[in-house]
Amino acid sequence: MGQLLRLATAGSVDDGKSTLVGRLLYDTKSVLADQLDAVHRASVDRGLATPDLSLLVDGLRSEREQGITIDVAYRYFATPRRSFVLADTPGHVQYTRNTVTGASTAQLAVLLVDARKGVVEQTRRHAAVLALLGVPRLVLAVNKIDLVDYHEQTFVLIAKDFTAHAAALGYQDADVLSVPVSALVGDNVVDRSDRTPWYQGPTLLEHLETVPAEEERPNAPFRFPVQYVIRPRTPEHPDYRGYAGQVAAGSVAAGDEVLVLPGGQRCRVDRVHTADGDVPRAVAGESVTVLLSEDVDIARGDLFAAVDRPPRLTDELDATVCWLADQPLRPGARVLVKHGTRTVHALVADLLARFDEQRLESTADPDSVRLNEIARVRVRTARPLAVDDYRACRRTGAFLVMDPVDGSTLAAGLVGSPLPLPGHARPAGRGEPVDGVGSS
Amino acid sequence: MTIHATTPAGGGAAESRTAPAPRALESEAIHVFREVAGEFDRPVILFSGGKDSTLLVWLAIKAFWPAPVPFPLLHVDTGHNFPEVLEFRDRLVAEHGLRLVVAEVEHWLADGRLVERPDGTRNPLQTVPLLDSIAEHRFDAVFGGGRRDEERARAKERVFSLRNSFGQWEPRRQRPELWNLYNGRHQPGEHVRVFPLSNWTELDVWAYIAREGVPLPSLYFAHEREVFARDGMLLTSGPWGGPRDGEAVRRATVRYRTVGDGSCTGAVESTASTVDEVIDEVAASRLTERGATRADDRLSEAAMEDRKKEGYF
Ligand SMILES: Nc1nc2c(ncn2[C@@H]2O[C@H](COP(=O)(O)OP(=O)(O)O)[C@@H](O)[C@H]2O)c(=O)[nH]1
Repeated sequence: MGQLLRLATAGSVDDGKSTLVGRLLYDTKSVLADQLDAVHRASVDRGLATPDLSLLVDGLRSEREQGITIDVAYRYFATPRRSFVLADTPGHVQYTRNTVTGASTAQLAVLLVDARKGVVEQTRRHAAVLALLGVPRLVLAVNKIDLVDYHEQTFVLIAKDFTAHAAALGYQDADVLSVPVSALVGDNVVDRSDRTPWYQGPTLLEHLETVPAEEERPNAPFRFPVQYVIRPRTPEHPDYRGYAGQVAAGSVAAGDEVLVLPGGQRCRVDRVHTADGDVPRAVAGESVTVLLSEDVDIARGDLFAAVDRPPRLTDELDATVCWLADQPLRPGARVLVKHGTRTVHALVADLLARFDEQRLESTADPDSVRLNEIARVRVRTARPLAVDDYRACRRTGAFLVMDPVDGSTLAAGLVGSPLPLPGHARPAGRGEPVDGVGSS
Repeated sequence: MTIHATTPAGGGAAESRTAPAPRALESEAIHVFREVAGEFDRPVILFSGGKDSTLLVWLAIKAFWPAPVPFPLLHVDTGHNFPEVLEFRDRLVAEHGLRLVVAEVEHWLADGRLVERPDGTRNPLQTVPLLDSIAEHRFDAVFGGGRRDEERARAKERVFSLRNSFGQWEPRRQRPELWNLYNGRHQPGEHVRVFPLSNWTELDVWAYIAREGVPLPSLYFAHEREVFARDGMLLTSGPWGGPRDGEAVRRATVRYRTVGDGSCTGAVESTASTVDEVIDEVAASRLTERGATRADDRLSEAAMEDRKKEGYF
């Protein structure tokens, strides 16, 4: 078993996403015998010559008919080289909500298009949302290549069109790959097809198995939201006091100096501990317990950070929100913000702009933001938060917006303006953010 | 199988630092445990003695090490448990200094809050004692061992799954789960089911059990016992009853893929007596292609049982 890669899929209805995901599960033998059997039987019942692999992941169709919320579904498959957690994000209704959810944890996204249609409006929207959420790599699966007779020029034009759009969203060429596939027949999904001799690149699965899976920024400054204070007070460990958490970015080792925010103290790391013993260094994604040399008053909600590159301590956020609730957002809304392990009361002071992710344009000063819309807002928080720009650090640049009354999740929040917004001038700030440490 | 005497890291296996994928899953689960400990007042771990709930306990011990697990276990005891499972439970609790709350279905039957079903099966009777116990102890976060790979319907379950004051799941109120920022807010009377193993597959669970030396009840490994066939399952005699007329008893080498109510939990014929052999068996069951053999039917029945149990979870 190798590394874990988290990916998301997106595509319009009928582009063949269920079939493609079904094929990945089937060809990697990640399907239980009983499920497989059910699919074979259902396919025979329908008079199909080959099993309909979309049945492996279907359910959406019936949900749509029954009017049940169409939702992100998680699928699991593995090869000897890697394990994959796939967030299958349905297009169509509520696509922003679903794509935002799936993209928030994805290291790579596979976008589907129908080779007969090429890049369509929804492809551009999906790509924009993926870019906004900072998904580091994109794959365009040009599906149903069998239906265009494996025509090279058709593929080349679609790939070119998409690469240009991705570039406008800030993607480097190296981070975007287009693959001609037939999910139905299997061309270039797992096995290389001899019907596309003109295609030199990897198959979809080869790419998923070899694309870099480590944290996006190996040299990112250390960030560690404190989740829980571990104090056994047992006879064996009378004085143990450890700060438990998951490394959000960068790494930490014994001897490092860290800054404790919002307090502003500098402390020396004594040990990086786990139930398996001390570790020399913990990197992003690892859950560990940090013990400090000094005795300081630290609680859940505090953040340990690199001394030389600290986050910004501020009670005013210039941020982007993806609105996920039925009731619209209006200026003056009182909300809760959960950032890292800290939850604070907040006020959405201004709606600065609503973003049209289709045309990559924005409208200034909207009076509301509705379900599935993306907007730039100014948020004032009751207590300062130690934040990074979302582009610099996904984990410490992200926040949830919650309803203070019923607790529901209202929006995904991103510090800063992660997408280029051509033609939109930043309105003058009402007082600059409180920068640096100790100014709270 | 024995329980490690002291720490979960007792075995040598833990020293060889786990491979990246299991480690990522472990870190994710530990993160979930700590979030709940940080945000909820009265969490509890649902414990059945099965492999998934044992893994939950193992991960909880690691999440708060060297401090004791800051919440109790809740076992809904049907009275139809295999003796091996109860013995395993009590040993696990004693050796790791855990707190255990037992809700005995018998009590609900005795005072008439529940009535025995005609078929004598008690799996479906667990829901009421579970919800009553959650209310009585005011548990606000309830950890379960559910995994999203178990069946298609579970693929959309959240890690934090909100339940209303009747313990029910309402699709419309489920919240989008973004990044690793879990929203555990709930109203008085509501609770949140938490699934730290959401992203684990069956094979991940077994691979981790092997790597870490997680103890399991002996039922999971091949042993000889007297069984009789009913509804295509191999059942065994116990407090829940025995063979009916015409059901022939024979000795067979079997193991259990899931533990639950003895009256309806079937064994499968298997010679897998170590974790590695079980992994081979689980892996092989995935590779079975068309033309399912009888064994596959049994496997799928075992999967069905898992699901029934998960309804309770
Ligand atoms: N010819 C051909 N048909 C395909 C291909 N992929 C999917 N389909 C068909 O396209 C239809 C929609 O596919 P489905 O996977 O359900 O689409 P979804 O709505 O994106 O999940 C089905 O009839 C599939 O059999 C392909 O590569 N080639």
